[in-house]
Amino acid sequence: MTLYIFYFLSFLAVLSAFMVVYSKNPVHSVLYLIVTFFAIAGHYILLNAQFLAAVHVIVYAGAIMVLFLYVIMMLNLNQDTEPHKSNYLKLAATVAGCIFMIVLIGSLKGVEKIENLNAANQSAGLIKNLGQVLYRDYMLPFEMASILFLAAMVGAVMLGKNELK
Amino acid sequence: MTQTLHGIPINAYLMLSAVLFSIGVLGVLYRRNIIVIFMCIELMLNAVNLLLAAFGAYRGDSNGQIFVFFIMAVAAAEVAVGLAILVMIYRNTKNTDIDELSRLKW
Repeated sequence: MTLYIFYFLSFLAVLSAFMVVYSKNPVHSVLYLIVTFFAIAGHYILLNAQFLAAVHVIVYAGAIMVLFLYVIMMLNLNQDTEPHKSNYLKLAATVAGCIFMIVLIGSLKGVEKIENLNAANQSAGLIKNLGQVLYRDYMLPFEMASILFLAAMVGAVMLGKNELK
Repeated sequence: MTQTLHGIPINAYLMLSAVLFSIGVLGVLYRRNIIVIFMCIELMLNAVNLLLAAFGAYRGDSNGQIFVFFIMAVAAAEVAVGLAILVMIYRNTKNTDIDELSRLKW
Protein backbone atom coordinates (compact mmCIF):
# COMPACT_ATOMS: atom_id res chain seq x y z
CA MET A 1 0.00 0.00 0.00
CA THR A 2 2.64 2.53 1.02
CA LEU A 3 4.71 1.42 -1.94
CA TYR A 4 1.91 2.45 -4.27
CA ILE A 5 1.59 5.78 -2.48
CA PHE A 6 5.33 6.24 -2.90
CA TYR A 7 5.17 5.54 -6.62
CA PHE A 8 2.17 7.79 -7.08
CA LEU A 9 3.81 10.70 -5.22
CA SER A 10 7.08 10.21 -7.10
CA PHE A 11 5.29 10.16 -10.43
CA LEU A 12 3.34 13.29 -9.49
CA ALA A 13 6.47 15.11 -8.35
CA VAL A 14 8.50 14.24 -11.46
CA LEU A 15 5.66 14.98 -13.86
CA SER A 16 4.84 18.37 -12.39
CA ALA A 17 8.56 19.19 -12.18
CA PHE A 18 8.72 18.59 -15.92
CA MET A 19 5.71 20.79 -16.40
CA VAL A 20 7.46 23.57 -14.43
CA VAL A 21 10.21 23.54 -17.03
CA TYR A 22 8.09 23.10 -20.14
CA SER A 23 4.98 25.20 -19.51
CA LYS A 24 5.07 28.47 -21.39
CA ASN A 25 3.25 30.63 -18.89
CA PRO A 26 5.18 31.51 -15.68
CA VAL A 27 1.97 31.39 -13.62
CA HIS A 28 1.41 27.79 -14.71
CA SER A 29 5.00 27.06 -13.75
CA VAL A 30 4.33 28.35 -10.25
CA LEU A 31 1.17 26.27 -9.93
CA TYR A 32 2.94 23.10 -11.07
CA LEU A 33 5.74 23.84 -8.64
CA ILE A 34 3.16 23.99 -5.84
CA VAL A 35 1.94 20.52 -6.89
CA THR A 36 5.54 19.29 -6.71
CA PHE A 37 5.93 20.74 -3.24
CA PHE A 38 2.79 19.02 -2.03
CA ALA A 39 4.06 15.72 -3.42
CA ILE A 40 7.34 16.22 -1.57
CA ALA A 41 5.37 16.98 1.59
CA GLY A 42 3.63 13.66 1.10
CA HIS A 43 7.03 12.00 0.88
CA TYR A 44 7.98 13.61 4.19
CA ILE A 45 4.86 12.14 5.79
CA LEU A 46 5.84 8.73 4.40
CA LEU A 47 9.24 9.19 6.04
CA ASN A 48 7.64 9.76 9.47
CA ALA A 49 8.61 13.44 9.38
CA GLN A 50 5.22 14.97 10.05
CA PHE A 51 6.45 18.26 11.45
CA LEU A 52 8.82 18.68 8.53
CA ALA A 53 5.91 18.12 6.14
CA ALA A 54 3.86 20.81 7.89
CA VAL A 55 6.75 23.29 7.85
CA HIS A 56 7.44 22.48 4.21
CA VAL A 57 3.87 23.22 3.19
CA ILE A 58 3.78 26.43 5.23
CA VAL A 59 7.14 27.78 4.10
CA TYR A 60 7.24 26.68 0.47
CA ALA A 61 3.65 26.44 -0.68
CA GLY A 62 2.57 29.20 1.67
CA ALA A 63 5.30 31.81 1.72
CA ILE A 64 7.77 31.33 -1.11
CA MET A 65 5.25 30.52 -3.82
CA VAL A 66 3.06 33.46 -2.82
CA LEU A 67 6.15 35.64 -3.15
CA PHE A 68 6.79 34.25 -6.63
CA LEU A 69 3.18 34.73 -7.70
CA TYR A 70 3.16 38.25 -6.33
CA VAL A 71 6.28 39.19 -8.26
CA ILE A 72 4.92 37.65 -11.47
CA MET A 73 1.66 39.55 -11.10
CA MET A 74 3.48 42.76 -10.23
CA LEU A 75 5.76 42.53 -13.26
CA ASN A 76 2.76 41.55 -15.40
CA LEU A 77 4.42 38.44 -16.80
CA ASN A 78 1.29 36.32 -16.75
CA GLN A 79 1.31 35.63 -20.43
CA ASP A 80 3.86 34.09 -22.68
CA THR A 81 6.11 37.04 -23.44
CA GLU A 82 9.31 35.11 -23.05
CA PRO A 83 11.58 35.00 -26.07
CA HIS A 84 12.58 31.38 -26.32
CA LYS A 85 15.99 30.08 -27.02
CA SER A 86 16.84 28.76 -30.43
CA ASN A 87 16.09 25.12 -31.12
CA TYR A 88 19.78 24.37 -31.24
CA LEU A 89 20.32 25.68 -27.71
CA LYS A 90 17.19 23.90 -26.46
CA LEU A 91 18.46 20.60 -27.86
CA ALA A 92 21.86 21.22 -26.27
CA ALA A 93 20.22 21.97 -22.91
CA THR A 94 18.06 18.83 -23.07
CA VAL A 95 21.00 16.62 -24.00
CA ALA A 96 23.15 18.13 -21.24
CA GLY A 97 20.39 17.63 -18.65
CA CYS A 98 19.81 14.02 -19.70
CA ILE A 99 23.53 13.25 -19.59
CA PHE A 100 23.73 14.82 -16.13
CA MET A 101 20.83 12.65 -14.97
CA ILE A 102 22.41 9.51 -16.38
CA VAL A 103 25.73 10.27 -14.69
CA LEU A 104 24.04 11.02 -11.36
CA ILE A 105 21.90 7.88 -11.41
CA GLY A 106 24.77 5.74 -12.62
CA SER A 107 27.04 6.95 -9.87
CA LEU A 108 24.35 6.35 -7.24
CA LYS A 109 23.43 2.95 -8.59
CA GLY A 110 26.06 0.97 -6.77
CA VAL A 111 25.98 2.65 -3.37
CA GLU A 112 26.51 0.43 -0.40
CA LYS A 113 23.70 -0.05 2.05
CA ILE A 114 23.67 2.39 4.92
CA GLU A 115 24.02 1.15 8.45
CA ASN A 116 20.68 1.34 10.15
CA LEU A 117 21.72 2.49 13.59
CA ASN A 118 18.45 2.61 15.49
CA ALA A 119 15.66 1.59 13.21
CA ALA A 120 13.28 1.37 16.15
CA ASN A 121 13.53 5.12 16.58
CA GLN A 122 10.38 5.97 14.67
CA SER A 123 9.81 9.14 16.68
CA ALA A 124 12.77 11.01 15.20
CA GLY A 125 10.51 13.26 13.18
CA LEU A 126 8.07 14.15 15.92
CA ILE A 127 8.01 17.71 17.12
CA LYS A 128 9.00 16.85 20.69
CA ASN A 129 12.17 15.10 19.61
CA LEU A 130 13.02 17.74 17.00
CA GLY A 131 12.52 20.60 19.42
CA GLN A 132 14.85 19.03 21.95
CA VAL A 133 17.57 18.52 19.37
CA LEU A 134 17.08 21.98 17.85
CA TYR A 135 17.19 23.91 21.12
CA ARG A 136 19.91 21.86 22.73
CA ASP A 137 22.44 20.90 20.08
CA TYR A 138 21.75 23.53 17.44
CA MET A 139 21.14 26.60 19.58
CA LEU A 140 23.81 28.79 17.98
CA PRO A 141 22.85 28.02 14.35
CA PHE A 142 19.24 28.69 15.28
CA GLU A 143 20.11 32.16 16.55
CA MET A 144 22.34 32.78 13.54
CA ALA A 145 19.37 32.00 11.30
CA SER A 146 17.44 34.85 12.89
CA ILE A 147 20.32 37.25 12.14
CA LEU A 148 20.34 35.92 8.57
CA PHE A 149 16.64 36.66 8.27
CA LEU A 150 17.13 40.18 9.57
CA ALA A 151 19.92 40.77 7.05
CA ALA A 152 17.81 39.33 4.24
CA MET A 153 14.84 41.50 5.19
CA VAL A 154 16.92 44.68 5.31
CA GLY A 155 18.60 43.75 2.03
CA ALA A 156 15.29 43.06 0.29
CA VAL A 157 13.83 46.37 1.45
CA MET A 158 16.96 48.23 0.37
CA LEU A 159 16.95 46.60 -3.07
CA GLY A 160 13.24 47.07 -3.54
CA LYS A 161 13.22 50.79 -2.82
CA ASN A 162 12.46 52.94 -5.77
CA GLU A 163 15.40 55.29 -5.62
CA LEU A 164 18.26 55.15 -3.18
CA LYS A 165 19.09 58.46 -1.59
CA MET B 1 19.69 -5.19 8.87
CA THR B 2 16.48 -3.88 7.42
CA GLN B 3 17.11 -1.38 4.69
CA THR B 4 13.52 -0.48 4.10
CA LEU B 5 11.00 1.84 5.64
CA HIS B 6 7.46 0.70 4.84
CA GLY B 7 8.97 -1.58 2.22
CA ILE B 8 10.54 1.30 0.27
CA PRO B 9 14.28 0.86 -0.33
CA ILE B 10 16.56 3.84 0.21
CA ASN B 11 17.67 3.56 -3.42
CA ALA B 12 14.21 4.64 -4.52
CA TYR B 13 14.67 7.93 -2.70
CA LEU B 14 18.15 8.29 -4.18
CA MET B 15 16.76 7.86 -7.69
CA LEU B 16 13.84 10.23 -7.09
CA SER B 17 16.12 12.94 -5.73
CA ALA B 18 18.56 12.50 -8.60
CA VAL B 19 15.77 12.83 -11.15
CA LEU B 20 14.30 15.91 -9.47
CA PHE B 21 17.72 17.54 -9.24
CA SER B 22 18.39 16.81 -12.91
CA ILE B 23 15.07 18.35 -13.91
CA GLY B 24 16.10 21.45 -11.98
CA VAL B 25 19.42 21.59 -13.85
CA LEU B 26 17.59 21.07 -17.14
CA GLY B 27 15.26 23.95 -16.33
CA VAL B 28 18.13 26.29 -15.55
CA LEU B 29 19.73 25.43 -18.90
CA TYR B 30 16.52 25.44 -20.88
CA ARG B 31 14.64 28.59 -19.92
CA ARG B 32 15.45 32.24 -20.35
CA ASN B 33 13.03 33.74 -17.87
CA ILE B 34 14.79 34.57 -14.61
CA ILE B 35 11.73 33.74 -12.49
CA VAL B 36 11.48 30.24 -13.93
CA ILE B 37 15.20 29.75 -13.39
CA PHE B 38 14.65 30.72 -9.76
CA MET B 39 11.89 28.15 -9.47
CA CYS B 40 14.17 25.47 -10.87
CA ILE B 41 16.77 26.38 -8.25
CA GLU B 42 14.08 25.87 -5.60
CA LEU B 43 13.36 22.49 -7.15
CA MET B 44 17.01 21.48 -6.81
CA LEU B 45 17.06 22.60 -3.17
CA ASN B 46 13.97 20.50 -2.53
CA ALA B 47 15.51 17.42 -4.09
CA VAL B 48 18.47 17.74 -1.73
CA ASN B 49 16.15 18.35 1.21
CA LEU B 50 14.18 15.22 0.43
CA LEU B 51 17.33 13.12 0.31
CA LEU B 52 18.59 14.54 3.61
CA ALA B 53 15.26 13.79 5.28
CA ALA B 54 15.25 10.29 3.79
CA PHE B 55 18.73 9.49 5.08
CA GLY B 56 17.78 10.89 8.48
CA ALA B 57 14.65 8.77 8.61
CA TYR B 58 16.42 5.59 7.53
CA ARG B 59 19.03 6.03 10.23
CA GLY B 60 16.50 7.03 12.86
CA ASP B 61 18.40 10.27 13.36
CA SER B 62 16.89 13.73 13.91
CA ASN B 63 19.94 15.68 12.76
CA GLY B 64 19.09 15.27 9.09
CA GLN B 65 15.75 16.93 9.60
CA ILE B 66 17.36 19.79 11.53
CA PHE B 67 19.59 20.38 8.52
CA VAL B 68 16.52 20.44 6.31
CA PHE B 69 15.09 23.16 8.54
CA PHE B 70 18.19 25.27 8.15
CA ILE B 71 18.22 24.78 4.39
CA MET B 72 14.59 25.91 4.29
CA ALA B 73 15.47 29.03 6.29
CA VAL B 74 18.36 29.89 3.97
CA ALA B 75 16.16 29.22 0.92
CA ALA B 76 13.50 31.59 2.20
CA ALA B 77 16.06 34.34 2.77
CA GLU B 78 17.59 33.67 -0.65
CA VAL B 79 14.22 33.94 -2.39
CA ALA B 80 13.40 37.24 -0.69
CA VAL B 81 16.70 38.85 -1.71
CA GLY B 82 16.69 37.24 -5.16
CA LEU B 83 13.22 38.44 -6.03
CA ALA B 84 14.12 41.94 -4.84
CA ILE B 85 17.12 41.88 -7.19
CA LEU B 86 14.84 40.62 -9.95
CA VAL B 87 12.39 43.48 -9.45
CA MET B 88 15.29 45.92 -9.60
CA ILE B 89 16.58 44.31 -12.83
CA TYR B 90 13.11 44.56 -14.31
CA ARG B 91 12.93 48.21 -13.37
CA ASN B 92 16.19 48.87 -15.21
CA THR B 93 15.87 46.70 -18.31
CA LYS B 94 12.07 46.27 -18.61
CA ASN B 95 12.26 42.53 -19.12
CA THR B 96 13.30 39.37 -17.31
CA ASP B 97 15.39 37.79 -20.02
CA ILE B 98 18.63 36.28 -18.74
CA ASP B 99 20.37 36.83 -22.07
CA GLU B 100 19.95 40.59 -21.72
CA LEU B 101 22.17 40.53 -18.66
CA SER B 102 25.40 39.91 -20.46
CA ARG B 103 27.09 43.19 -19.61
CA LEU B 104 29.41 41.45 -17.19
CA LYS B 105 30.53 39.07 -19.91
CA TRP B 106 34.08 39.59 -20.98
